Amino acid sequence: MAFDKMELRDIEVWDGNFAAAQALRQVQIDVVAAYPITPSTPIVEGYAKFLADGYVEGEFVMVESEHAAMSGCIGASAAGGRVATATSSQGFALMVETLYQASGMRLPIILNVVNRALAAPLNVNGDHSDMYLGRDSGWIQLDAYCPQDAYDLNFIAFRVAEDHDVRLPCMVHQDGFMTSHTAQGVKTLTDDQAYGFVGDFKPMNDMLDFDHPVTHGVQTEEDWHFEHKARQHNDLMTKVMPKVQAAFDDFEKLTGRKYNIVESYDMDDADVTVVCLGTSVETAREVAKEMRAKGIKAGVVGIRVFRPFPFEEIKAALKNVKAIAVLDRSSPNGAPGALFNEIAGALYNTEGRALLSGYVYGLGGRDLTKKHLVDLYTELQANVDAGRVTTPLQQFIGVRGPKLSFL
Amino acid sequence: MQNNGWDEFEIGAMLRSFDGKAKDIATTLQEDRNYSSNNSFTASVADWRIEKPVFHKDYCIDCQFCWVYCPDISIISRDKKMIGIDMDHCKGCGICVEVCPTNPKSLLMFSEQQDEEEAIAGWPEKEKGEK
Repeated sequence: MAFDKMELRDIEVWDGNFAAAQALRQVQIDVVAAYPITPSTPIVEGYAKFLADGYVEGEFVMVESEHAAMSGCIGASAAGGRVATATSSQGFALMVETLYQASGMRLPIILNVVNRALAAPLNVNGDHSDMYLGRDSGWIQLDAYCPQDAYDLNFIAFRVAEDHDVRLPCMVHQDGFMTSHTAQGVKTLTDDQAYGFVGDFKPMNDMLDFDHPVTHGVQTEEDWHFEHKARQHNDLMTKVMPKVQAAFDDFEKLTGRKYNIVESYDMDDADVTVVCLGTSVETAREVAKEMRAKGIKAGVVGIRVFRPFPFEEIKAALKNVKAIAVLDRSSPNGAPGALFNEIAGALYNTEGRALLSGYVYGLGGRDLTKKHLVDLYTELQANVDAGRVTTPLQQFIGVRGPKLSFL
Repeated sequence: MQNNGWDEFEIGAMLRSFDGKAKDIATTLQEDRNYSSNNSFTASVADWRIEKPVFHKDYCIDCQFCWVYCPDISIISRDKKMIGIDMDHCKGCGICVEVCPTNPKSLLMFSEQQDEEEAIAGWPEKEKGEK
């Protein structure tokens, strides 16, 4: 079966979903098993249309649930195919059991997660609850801030996940609606460039290698389970980041677009900084520039690789800063925010430990406005001036009712 | 199997059935196959059996019913002749006895502790059926 190549303009106007769908076409996914869910539906819908129109050589498997979607992906990946799917929110939650299967079986599946709140109350809009739910699942997690990132990070994901030294599944996250449904100019790769960057799929222990039969998904009890989990954690901690960095370097050579494990903006001389994920990074960058015009040395740190967590890179990025606000777009439900905890852990044993405060914001797609961030940077500067954290450690931004803060 | 450390095995929850390449497996007898140490063929996985089948070759007509029906491939048959039972893998389910068509049966279930020679010495007589 042959397939047609697609002529793309240098810059196309794509939303994050279509950008991801185009990336899946360009790397020639063999199998997509999917159960569409808002707001990620157009990704798998896009792949299905490319397949129907003869632009991909592959299989689209319609299944009865997200649990089955990831299970289908696991089977296809173990068989030896290049495999991807997409999901959000409740669908992601239903996939969780199989996410651990995929990573434990070391299958390089790519999952595009269009971040969305988790019910109840039911909500289709973007927050990071589902992304956080996946953080212990053994997957690599890359975070896009805009449609361009969603497109580019898919190529990075395949390149890293399929590397035989890594062989771990990878999620590419983008914010529901804010990225997934916002059309922007996206600089494209030609089909040949894109496929060339990722390369042919190189199978490993595939079930279709009949000369070397393997059993996938074996059971191990107390005699072996710990060693398997230790091996997986070791590989996440030591092998992934160098490969991500190498992929970023090669991608920059190919496209001129530079990605970093931790993105730093205006951080060279920053006193106060916001650490956040997703579309909020772009808003914070804009506000940081405006704060500088007012004489506050503001910077922004964006997490590009959420798992494995960039412990050393965060330490380096926040080395000289005086006050930090960590933004969590997911209800911690009885704890400081997950990102707050990660940053606190990274900085605790450092010498110039900055003043750290946490903010919970944007749940269920609630806007993070520039006004919120102006107030936030002003609070951080007040902390710097006072030499201590003057506010509670955890504050809610943008929620109606009496001021909500804890700790 | 060796109790290797975390850095001493292949990644993934994955085991290989054979050492090296599997060639002509369908036409190679089990005992001649290059099964890996991970394959259950080399392991005793029947230590929880409480009843065992005993084979009495004098009555066997080599019909192969037991070989066909055994759910654990534990009936050893060569050149369509019933040879015996693979006691490292037989779980004692008794299906072979159920399907055995001879009179008396050539396979009967006994307790795991039963001495085999005694069992054969006390084998039941042919049953006289009513016509």
